[in-house]
Amino acid sequence: MIRIGIDVGGTNTDAVVMDGARVLAGVKAATTADVMSGVVNALADVLKASGKAAADIDVVMIGTTHFTNAVVQRRDLAKTAAVRLGLPATASLPPMVDWPEDLREAIGNLSYLAHGGNEFDGRKISPLDEAELIGIAEDIKAKGVNTIAITSVFSPVSDECEKQAAAIFEKTIPGVHITLSSEIGRIGLLERENAAIMNACLRDLSKDVIEAFRNAIASAGIKGKFFLTQNDGTLMEAAFAEKFPVLTFASGPTNSMRGAAFLSGVKDAIVVDIGGTTSDVGSLHKGFPRQATVAVEVGGVRTNFRMPDVFSIGLGGGSHVVETDKGIKVGPTSVGYRIITEALIFGGKTLTTSDVVVAAGKYDLGDRAKVAHLSPALIAAAEARIAAMLEDCVERSRLSPDPLPVIVVGGGSILVDKPIAGLDLIKPDHFAVANAVGAAIAQVSGEVDRVYALAEMGRDAALADAKAQAIEAAVNAGAARDSIEIVDVEDVPLAYLPGNATRVRVKAVGELHVA
Amino acid sequence: MSPKGYLLKESDLHPLSLGAALLGTGGGGNPYIGMLRTRELIRSGHEIRIIDLDTLPDDALVGEVGGIGAPVVGIEKFEEGRECYHAMRAVEEAAGVKMSALISAEIGGSNSLEPIIAAAYAGLPVLDGDGMGRAFPEVQMTTFFIYGAPTAPAAIADEKGNVVVFRKVIDMFWLERFARDAAVAMGATAGLASAPMTMEYVRRTAVPGTVSEALRIGHTVLEARKDRRNVIEDVLKVTGGGLYFTGKITDVRRELTGGFARGHAILSGVNEFAGSEARIAIQNENLVLWVDGEPKVMVPDLIVNLDLDTGEPITTEVLRYGQRIAVLGLPVHPLMKTEKALEVVGPKAFGYPELTFVPIAALQASTQG
Repeated sequence: MIRIGIDVGGTNTDAVVMDGARVLAGVKAATTADVMSGVVNALADVLKASGKAAADIDVVMIGTTHFTNAVVQRRDLAKTAAVRLGLPATASLPPMVDWPEDLREAIGNLSYLAHGGNEFDGRKISPLDEAELIGIAEDIKAKGVNTIAITSVFSPVSDECEKQAAAIFEKTIPGVHITLSSEIGRIGLLERENAAIMNACLRDLSKDVIEAFRNAIASAGIKGKFFLTQNDGTLMEAAFAEKFPVLTFASGPTNSMRGAAFLSGVKDAIVVDIGGTTSDVGSLHKGFPRQATVAVEVGGVRTNFRMPDVFSIGLGGGSHVVETDKGIKVGPTSVGYRIITEALIFGGKTLTTSDVVVAAGKYDLGDRAKVAHLSPALIAAAEARIAAMLEDCVERSRLSPDPLPVIVVGGGSILVDKPIAGLDLIKPDHFAVANAVGAAIAQVSGEVDRVYALAEMGRDAALADAKAQAIEAAVNAGAARDSIEIVDVEDVPLAYLPGNATRVRVKAVGELHVA
Repeated sequence: MSPKGYLLKESDLHPLSLGAALLGTGGGGNPYIGMLRTRELIRSGHEIRIIDLDTLPDDALVGEVGGIGAPVVGIEKFEEGRECYHAMRAVEEAAGVKMSALISAEIGGSNSLEPIIAAAYAGLPVLDGDGMGRAFPEVQMTTFFIYGAPTAPAAIADEKGNVVVFRKVIDMFWLERFARDAAVAMGATAGLASAPMTMEYVRRTAVPGTVSEALRIGHTVLEARKDRRNVIEDVLKVTGGGLYFTGKITDVRRELTGGFARGHAILSGVNEFAGSEARIAIQNENLVLWVDGEPKVMVPDLIVNLDLDTGEPITTEVLRYGQRIAVLGLPVHPLMKTEKALEVVGPKAFGYPELTFVPIAALQASTQG
């Protein structure tokens, strides 16, 4: 299978062509204001470099920050009604209560509370009230809104209420666009509801963006299918992504970590992705990024997405190096993409980390003569500071005392040439475009997160049930059934509850099924 | 404090919940939902007045309220809002009395805000104090019950309008058992109100000033962060506690016994503690700290884990390998370490028969901090 992976970042659009497990070519192009022409350029460059024809390409995978940026910048968002089912429970806090006011206003600030919802053990909180929901639907219709996010209490345990409410809304408002929270998030009502509402309001934009990606690919002459990568490092079909744009949030760091695992052949490691301004450090478990356990904010809104647990520091290839009375200071400010004009080695006037490694003779880049005047003491102090910063963030990302190797990727990897924190160092080939490789090799996943009463069914039966559900979810998402593996099983007994109530999370992953 | 106390402002809520989380000693539940609920009440015009324990006459009656259930359910099916208020009204009705003020059972964690919310609905003031000065996992572990507060009538209410009144309960352990079972039947989130106490009794048995203390601690943390000062040092100063360990977590082991999450965290020392190893026993809250095998701080004294850089309190469920934390020991109020209190909240009550409670001295703060 010949595939193209593309990572559309804020500064660079990276692209790779891969033949099976082999990287044929990788390129970096500037991200353009319209995003699409940058993709067109990157596609043309990488095809040329790989020697492959457009007709040879079976599939294209794209990772993008476009939807995250739309929320952060509050642009292109659809007016959306938030409907929560669970009364009388949860009445104390209406939907969007903890949102920044400008974002709430940007999507119309329209929310409703209705009866319905379930208890932790599946019992009903209150019956769904059809008349009440028809009334809400008519009010939404009268306000000219046709996008709705529905969230029901404990919908990860039972999604019945959300589905019934959706059917009622569809009957009353023909052509309405609906997002169900159970399709997106996990336990944690406010966070899941927030994700559902953000997804709903990205609906119009996702239609345009997916269409534009489709056009860029078609204009390059590529006939293969195309997919988008989501925040857990797995794929969604373009049609699915169009329905669930919110799932693309944070796919960038995920792709670079997955790419690092693939390029190095190591599945359990610490990954350090060094860019121009920052380094993202995370840990890989069975080839996938370890996920964050606390709420992650996007555009000022709390979510509980499957986000990688990434720790960022202000250290990159363009970081400023400054002498102060307290010693050498490195970062967090940076020349960023202007490194090719502003760094000393490129004839500029700013001392950067890249100048330091070139002066130390660790890497050959630009004009070494331009850093010959730097004192050995300054170079040594700056190198020591860089090493200390990397050691500190690697130590923070270690999740076990096991001596995991450290994989270094990204354009700023030239800063590293020896072990960090005494751990083995791996710098794979094509390290600069690891994120595009991560997109190209993405797999397909399915996940389940629910509470089981183990007193009733026993732990083995509960885990078996959860695994079967996760596998079905993966198949529905496009995985080839015979390639599916269970990659994560977590069962957490819940304090204070009887019947051995246990929260079970299972994730299944498989290779993309290409027909 | 003036005799009429002070009104809680919206800008107090972040520091209050931060201070409450710190006094939760690793447990007590996340105050985030409660903080938002209180903020909504203040924004809609409710007044929340905090008054000193000396304000009301001896014969005034005080109600104690708190949330009861499972914290993980509380983040999904959070409150209708008036659960504790309805339970409190049911107790008034059953006892044929009117309350003059409310007080928190535990200042640590989410229950610091429940009486504040119920009081906002009732138009009553909240007493500046609580029944623990920290957080503990069970109903009977308050100074009020330890020193003989009546156990009935008590009441539990859910979001649906169900209210169960406990007319006669022979002791506080039975109250914990009945209330826990009722809470689960109600869907594992409910409000519990205890029998009325006289102001004279509350003055003698409450841990005083803890609402203001939580506020003060929260403000201290936020200001230290803003001014880029050492958060840990400032917290030690404002609490009178001591720094007992600084280290990196090298292992966390958990198991579930009797409905409670128990476990241990192992730490390897950094800075002035380099070369030493520490162990913290956990049961929802932090129970005992050993350094190099020697018990250094134990319940009911407070063991507080703070992120070494930000001073953010770290709850026991998010403890994990690699975190760098400061372990503080804060002396619990004297009412919590009498012989009578230690029977209920001492190390033996938490399953450490080999440990005899040795209090940490408040004065150590000045030498160790």
